[in-house]
Amino acid sequence: MPLPHLPLDAITIGAHVDDWPAAITAAGDALVRSGAATSAYTDRMIAVIAEFGAYIVIAPGLALAHARPGADVLADGLCVVTLAEPVAFGHPHNDPVSVIVGLAVANADDHLQFVAELANVFNDPAVIPALASAATAEFVQSVFEKIDS
Amino acid sequence: MKIVVMCGIGLGTSAILKVNAERALERLGIDADVQATDVAGVSVAAADAQVILTSSELVEAIGKTNADVIVINNYFDVDELAAKLEVALGS
Repeated sequence: MPLPHLPLDAITIGAHVDDWPAAITAAGDALVRSGAATSAYTDRMIAVIAEFGAYIVIAPGLALAHARPGADVLADGLCVVTLAEPVAFGHPHNDPVSVIVGLAVANADDHLQFVAELANVFNDPAVIPALASAATAEFVQSVFEKIDS
Repeated sequence: MKIVVMCGIGLGTSAILKVNAERALERLGIDADVQATDVAGVSVAAADAQVILTSSELVEAIGKTNADVIVINNYFDVDELAAKLEVALGS
């Protein structure tokens, strides 16, 4: 499975949020808008962090919001939310977070290729700061589409 | 050799760590099987593993293990992964 297309309606630029649950909710809203998930998936993404902590903050400034596959996942999907003001998730090294990538996978068994493509994007250390300061959704989309070529 | 990557739910973050750990191992010339698991499955998955890679947030959840636990701060930093794996595996 290649990286799912990142439609413009799955991108939110400069969201204003006060705390990490609001940041995850913004990512959930983007997945709902693009048709990848229902709002129940948002609640499950928040529950993962409530249960296991801020380990989803996997790089400086970046949170990977996700939960297990479920009936609330309508299609494989990706979303990107950038924050107007970074928020703390409680990670000792990678806080504060200014970019949230939301991931919905319909089937756990075949998401590895998808994630490998995601790793290809973010293995470039310039990408997180570039996304954090992105002015337009089109720019964010172009960062994720570069890897297809 | 077996290396376990662990995250809360066993997909997504652990898959990213698996992909980049494999890239780091390839760079080091080390042949290892990298298996992703979740908190619930780690004691079984890591029973015969040499190394567990995870987040600082999840170290306590591992419990008792004979494997070396390595905390990775930046899952996309193959240099960090390679440096820490090289120390742990003594290559």
